[in-house]
Amino acid sequence: MAGNIWVLAETWRGQVTETALELMALGREVAGQLGVPLEAVLLGHNARPLASSLGAADTVLYADHAAFAEPTPEAGALVQLIKERRPHAVLVPWTNLSMDIGALAAAHLEVPFVNGCKDLKAEGGALVAQCVVYGGKLEAAVTATTTPALFGVLPGSRSADAGRVDKMPPVVDVAVIMPEPKVRFSRYLEPETGDVDITQQDVLVAVGRGIQTKDNIDLAEALAVTLGGAVCGSRPVIDQGWLSLSRQVGKSGMQVKPKLYLMLGISGAPEHIEGMKDAQLIVAVNTDAAAPIFNIAHYGIVGDALEIAPALTEAVKSKKG
Amino acid sequence: MTNPTATAILGIPGWVLLWVLAAVSIAVFSRRVIRYVRTLRRARPENRVDRIGERIGMFVKNVLGQRRLFEEGAIGLPHLLIFWAFVFYATGFAWNLLKGLLPPLPIPYPDEVGPMALAQEVFGALALLSLLVAAIRRYVFTPQRLERSRDATLILSLITMLLVTFLAGQGLRARLEPHANAWSPLGGLLASLFTGLEPRHAERMWLAMWWLHMITVLGFLAYLPYSKHLHLLASPFGVLFGALKPGGIPAASSGALRLEEFTWRQMLNGLTCAECGRCDRACPAFNSGTPLSPKMVMHHVKELVRAGGNGDFTGVAVKAEEIWSCTACYSCMQRCPVFNEHISVIVEMRRWLVAQGAVDKRLQGSLMNLQRYGNSFGQSDRARAKWTQGLPFKVKDARKEPVEYLWFVGDYASYDPRLQPVTRATATVLQQAGVDFGILYDGERNAGNDVRRVGEEGLFEMLRDKNLQAFGKAQFQKVMTTDPHSLHALKNEYDGLSVLHYTELLDELLRAGKLKPERKLDMTVTYHDPCYLGRVNGIYDAPRRVLAGLGVKVVEMPRHHSKSYCCGAGGGRVWMEDAPGVTERASESRVREAAGLSDVTTLVAACPKDSVMFQDAVKTAGLEGKLAIKDLMELVEEATRPSS
Amino acid sequence: MSVLVLLKMVPDVVEELEVSADGKSLDTSFLRTILNERDDHALEQALLLKERHGGKITVIALDAPDMDDVLFTALAKGADRAVKVTDVPEGLTTHAAARLCAQVIATGPGLLPVDLVLTGVQALDDLDGLSAPLLAQQLDFAYLGVVTGVAVDASGQGATVIKEYAGGVRGEFAVRLPAVLGAQAAEKPPRYVPVAKVRAAMKAQAIETVPAPGSGAGAALVEVQQMAKPVVSSHAEMLEGSPEEVAGKFCELLAKRGLL
Repeated sequence: MAGNIWVLAETWRGQVTETALELMALGREVAGQLGVPLEAVLLGHNARPLASSLGAADTVLYADHAAFAEPTPEAGALVQLIKERRPHAVLVPWTNLSMDIGALAAAHLEVPFVNGCKDLKAEGGALVAQCVVYGGKLEAAVTATTTPALFGVLPGSRSADAGRVDKMPPVVDVAVIMPEPKVRFSRYLEPETGDVDITQQDVLVAVGRGIQTKDNIDLAEALAVTLGGAVCGSRPVIDQGWLSLSRQVGKSGMQVKPKLYLMLGISGAPEHIEGMKDAQLIVAVNTDAAAPIFNIAHYGIVGDALEIAPALTEAVKSKKG
Repeated sequence: MTNPTATAILGIPGWVLLWVLAAVSIAVFSRRVIRYVRTLRRARPENRVDRIGERIGMFVKNVLGQRRLFEEGAIGLPHLLIFWAFVFYATGFAWNLLKGLLPPLPIPYPDEVGPMALAQEVFGALALLSLLVAAIRRYVFTPQRLERSRDATLILSLITMLLVTFLAGQGLRARLEPHANAWSPLGGLLASLFTGLEPRHAERMWLAMWWLHMITVLGFLAYLPYSKHLHLLASPFGVLFGALKPGGIPAASSGALRLEEFTWRQMLNGLTCAECGRCDRACPAFNSGTPLSPKMVMHHVKELVRAGGNGDFTGVAVKAEEIWSCTACYSCMQRCPVFNEHISVIVEMRRWLVAQGAVDKRLQGSLMNLQRYGNSFGQSDRARAKWTQGLPFKVKDARKEPVEYLWFVGDYASYDPRLQPVTRATATVLQQAGVDFGILYDGERNAGNDVRRVGEEGLFEMLRDKNLQAFGKAQFQKVMTTDPHSLHALKNEYDGLSVLHYTELLDELLRAGKLKPERKLDMTVTYHDPCYLGRVNGIYDAPRRVLAGLGVKVVEMPRHHSKSYCCGAGGGRVWMEDAPGVTERASESRVREAAGLSDVTTLVAACPKDSVMFQDAVKTAGLEGKLAIKDLMELVEEATRPSS
Repeated sequence: MSVLVLLKMVPDVVEELEVSADGKSLDTSFLRTILNERDDHALEQALLLKERHGGKITVIALDAPDMDDVLFTALAKGADRAVKVTDVPEGLTTHAAARLCAQVIATGPGLLPVDLVLTGVQALDDLDGLSAPLLAQQLDFAYLGVVTGVAVDASGQGATVIKEYAGGVRGEFAVRLPAVLGAQAAEKPPRYVPVAKVRAAMKAQAIETVPAPGSGAGAALVEVQQMAKPVVSSHAEMLEGSPEEVAGKFCELLAKRGLL
């Protein structure tokens, strides 16, 4: 008799995250396939009301502790719960916030922690994860050899809306004994507020390594201005110091959902895709016809961004009159 | 005529006074010169006395013949005349000094020796005219980067003074001794100015002229090591100990921060520099607005040596952004009349910056790519020969079968998608002409020319070793390359390889009839001499003969042959972030120059980087549709394509 | 202050990656490996700490092709000691490799005590766990991952560590030493070291070797059923033509969607 399916319902600054809700949708599916209950693990402090968005679960295991008021990656609680309750599998969001917790817990319990899952399903009573490996160049179908097993699931596996069920499920209060922390949270460091909030833009022109030099970003700027939008960038461009941190899109940057996301010289690494996959219209320009971005974009142009961008600017200008 | 130092002045015998003045002047002069020599000796040794025959030849042509001065308008002949006047006047002065200090010596004064007096008169007059021309050039039509400094004014005045005092003296002597006029034509002419003077007044004036002349020269001598006229003393050595071939770099080192780490020849540059500004006028980095001024680099070296050579130089006196702006086009060194080696100093400083890891991130990325994949594009070395796909024939692998010509393709021609069609066209043309050629496939690495000029010697050695290993496995007779940068490195910095540029091979093929144009190209074009093909390796005619052989009309740009203007990609610049302060890119200036020629529709390049730089420049300069950029091979392919 | 940096090689994704004949693993015949980028950042962070606080850096790695070059490069950059673990079983997963490293650190020659262990927070060939948390758990050290900044306290007992979240937000933490930190990015990009310095290190310095403890890798925690190139469910509609033609099509596209 297989154990339950758990979802680690990560919270960020007082709210259950989108990724956690996506995992709820996935967990619901998988639990249904295995014919077992779905339980959500909620770790918080005075955060019981948050369970109301976790209605997709059959039960919410709620552990309250002052330590959970801050985002300190403490795995002790998860370890205790898994030891006590022996679930079949725990779905952990593969995000900066939760991957530590999952990895520490798995290390402590000496159980598998399958990385980078983009999908999960049950096949003959066992869970098979579809994992992204080698930066997305290959994919692997992976199973865990023992249970319980932890699965680190990438954002975007399902839609958050499908996972959000606004009904208060049964909540079980569980007691956890937290060890003396070796890591203490001090404070948040907010990003310098840029001049522009890219998450509010309808049009974004994104630049990647293919823009080649800082000066060439002017070409993107001209295009963005003509389209009534703003410039943003992938991690390499921000790391070079060519754009400020407030313009970074991706796993560690902003999540954006503009009406138009125009990509110049971005190859399509998974970390960047995470930040913009929900854009309504994605148009990509890249010199490499085999770039992974063309599998994500709606429209593609094979060419040099340094040639295409000015051409686009010209055409839009004349169209606008 | 009385002996000028036999008489007494203010009760002191003339020769005693002369001894005192001479001693002071020579002491002041020597002290400074000895200080300079001591400072130079603290720098690193360097062998510049090899191939002494060639060196003497260079000395004759460039010091005695003042050859490079003739490359700019109006100043060549005047400077030659001033130089030779100086030679005669210096001789005359030494002679005068000797006799003047030792009156009992049984030799005449120089102006008492007919031929010597004549030479001094003739050169003196010519020199005065030349000085006038030089002054007009410096003060009225001031060339860019030539400063009208107080020092320059003082020098011109002193030279004028010593010439005028001599000529006036000659005039006075002729007034007093008319029968000596045979050897003193000018003296005879000038004598008429002084006919109104009584003999004893004329004699007094003559004495005054002699003393004034001597004091002027002694003063000049003492001042010389402190002024830019130090180049008089230092530059003959600079030329004699100069670089025998263009395009070189300093001997292997780990870079220099302080004087002791530079070589004495590099530090000598500071003393030989006459601050004429020719280097700046030619420099693409300077003219496009970047912080680099080759003249200022030389000036900083001069200040370092003058100050006794203490303190950190690299990154402090000369800033990193100046050091990185150089495109290593060698225009500065080609124009410099005193054979200064600006690039040697810059590369030495770059080596130090690289040793500290002080390179911009983009350059770092390029160097890491070169190290790892052997090309700056960051693409796998296995993809180097992907350009061959799509050709209807197989390009031979020179490592597997013997070939006559080993074609060293180069990074840009192999990997840049804009250039791959030209590379394929090259293969097609060679195949058509029946040339037995092959490539090294993924055994080829970047030849390392620009890696060396960026200052990464260790990486250059690594690339060279890998390339030599690949050459070692291959069987071939000659190496041919489409890339001038690779040409330079393979020909001059890899031992014992016989290397041709593709234009030289095409020239041979066309002349031998192995390549026949099927049609005449009715075009009027202009040809850009690539830096490393033309200026550095002297290959100017082969490409032009090829164009002529295709029936193409070639119109030269104002800056042509050795004065060709760099596209700005060399010296590793194409691997770095943009230099600050650019007002007009070098490549844009060049395409504007080409577009300015009426009837010319096409700029022909013979270097992959040139093609790419000019194509981009045409766009940014708004010349699309007005000027086409084509590689020479594209024209050859068009002309020789078989009519179907 | 003593720092240990754990390095590992991963497949270089610049090359084409092929699946081997068994359909379950990477074809290693033409594989090139490169230092894990996050480990490079971990080394850089360690070097920055040494520049600020003094102390010693030891780099440690499991033997792999091209590992020696990487270790010498680390020494040339300023690491004091390089240790390579030899006789390593083939095909170790992240989990097994991390266990092995932990054993070597615990029992190996003068590797403990140490104040900080730095390694990349993840690598692109991780499948069954992350190295850093595993090391922390085995050594009973504190752990924090996705680290982008480290400052050691004057007392040497603790460190202030910056962790990265999404949206450009970061968190500041007080971490008790000894600790394992999973590096995301160093405070400065990894420095450049010229080839000449690496060659000099190869001549002047040596890599210590330690045989792998023979306790075996343990049972595998995950099993790969199949490995393949990603199935592309969709592909962008490509706009063809010259830049001007493409620009025209682009405008039509926007106009249709009311974006123009």
